Amino acid sequence: MSAGAPAVTGVRLEHVSKAFGALRVLDDVSVELPAGEATVVLGRSGTGKSVLLKHIVGLLHPDAGRVFLGDQDITALAPAALAVARRQIGFLFQNAALFDSITVAENVAFPLRRHTRLPEAEIRARVEEKLAAVGLADAVARMPAALSGGMRKRAGLARAMALEPSVLLVDEPSAGLDPVTSEEIDDLLVRVKRERGTTLVVVTHNIPSARRIGDTLLFLHEGRVLARGTAAELERSEHELVRQFMHSEAGG
Amino acid sequence: MAPLSSAGYAVAFAARAIREIFLPPYEIKETARQLYEVGWRSLPLIAVAGFAVGIVLSMHTRASLERFGAEALIPAALMLALVRETGPLVVGLLVAGRVGAGFGAELGAMKVTEQIDALEAVAVDSFKFLVVTRTLACMLAMPILTTVMNFTGIIGGWLAESAISGMSFEAYFRSAFSVVGFADYVPGTIKTMVFGYIIAITACYFGVHTRGGTQGVGYSATRSVVTASILLITANVVLVRLIFFLFPETTG
Ligand SMILES: Nc1ncnc2c1ncn2[C@@H]1O[C@H](COP(=O)(O)OP(=O)(O)O)[C@@H](O)[C@H]1O
Ligand SMILES: [Mg+2]
Repeated sequence: MSAGAPAVTGVRLEHVSKAFGALRVLDDVSVELPAGEATVVLGRSGTGKSVLLKHIVGLLHPDAGRVFLGDQDITALAPAALAVARRQIGFLFQNAALFDSITVAENVAFPLRRHTRLPEAEIRARVEEKLAAVGLADAVARMPAALSGGMRKRAGLARAMALEPSVLLVDEPSAGLDPVTSEEIDDLLVRVKRERGTTLVVVTHNIPSARRIGDTLLFLHEGRVLARGTAAELERSEHELVRQFMHSEAGG
Repeated sequence: MAPLSSAGYAVAFAARAIREIFLPPYEIKETARQLYEVGWRSLPLIAVAGFAVGIVLSMHTRASLERFGAEALIPAALMLALVRETGPLVVGLLVAGRVGAGFGAELGAMKVTEQIDALEAVAVDSFKFLVVTRTLACMLAMPILTTVMNFTGIIGGWLAESAISGMSFEAYFRSAFSVVGFADYVPGTIKTMVFGYIIAITACYFGVHTRGGTQGVGYSATRSVVTASILLITANVVLVRLIFFLFPETTG
């Protein structure tokens, strides 16, 4: 994962189904998340957006179907090979999931220490760069418990970007952020995509944000992709619910 | 999960930890950190408890041996009781309380806040990083802690004795060590490695399988202590039998 190399890893789900007990969350979902593009995933709470992201990083295993990272079927990988594949992916959890026994800076440094042989000075420089990019330059020495929800989210994003992954999965980046910071994070994501060719998959409830980030928008409903297209296309969707979604929250 | 399959699953979990202790990569830094947490930070507890146990054992030994006019054997009798059984068992139960609750709650909290998933997402083998390190640390710390308890126990025993008979420290030690041999010290102390294994595995198992938020974390801590204690006391019966079989001279 040398810095600067343009990433060309796309993601493809083929007939993915997932249920938890009697609850069917994903129902035969097939979707292409093209390399170097930003796909925004929309849908009501509890429709399986987070579950979808977790399948891409292999934290959840589909009951049926396959998940491709590039041309590699990650559902077929043994744990060691899956770990290697995961190094290409950055993941921001919906709840940030920072390691709460270490500082913010150590959280961001963690993947670097594990997977690179960068000298300490360079690790520190990279950590500062990533934290500055999310506007947390002065939070380096703080413990996660001392941060606000929005700050934790941003620290989680810095950690997800630490290895400069070719695929960046982001679960609700703007939750807990003021509109200005939210916009800054959107700009950051767009910049990362442009400059590095990173494939972005962003879950959000924030429609203005979805417009700014998304090349393509997916609308997930009752375990299926109900609509897929640009923001303009979704506004004219044949589905009432999709149109409602696009308009009701389009205030910004 | 049915009770039987979950018991089988727990056994597989326990076996995996032993196997992976010997398989690279070795998480040396994390193991050292756990050794500090489990070993070093348990020292005050163990030292004080050993001292108190030594005093109590001394009082009982004196009461028993006085009847036979065998006061001269008091140091030796105390030493034998302490080194063979009391020391290992008391250390086991104290560590089951302190460390069992700690692991159960810490890993439980990591589980419910998705920090364990976050480790996996940054391509770290969470079993190796969390469970194997703690298991090894516990197994290494136990014999050391037991030796410390034996030592402070003897000092406590001497203090209690000298208060009554005015026996000198030197005379007490010489008398105590005159009877205790390799076959008394080593099996009992090695046995505590098995206790360490039982404690760590039990607590890690409940910890990483925690469900249901804060309350679940509490349950995991409690279950860890209760289950580890009962497993430890039960295993002790078998272990004592085994030691008598392997070291016949200890029965003398
Ligand atoms: N590990 C899990 N075990 C059981 N149910 C789950 C699990 N993860 C998610 N769910 C359920 O799946 C559904 C979709 O969850 P999620 O993907 O988090 O929704 P959202 O679209 O809001 O991100 C929810 O009903 C949730 O309760
Ligand atoms: Mg979600």
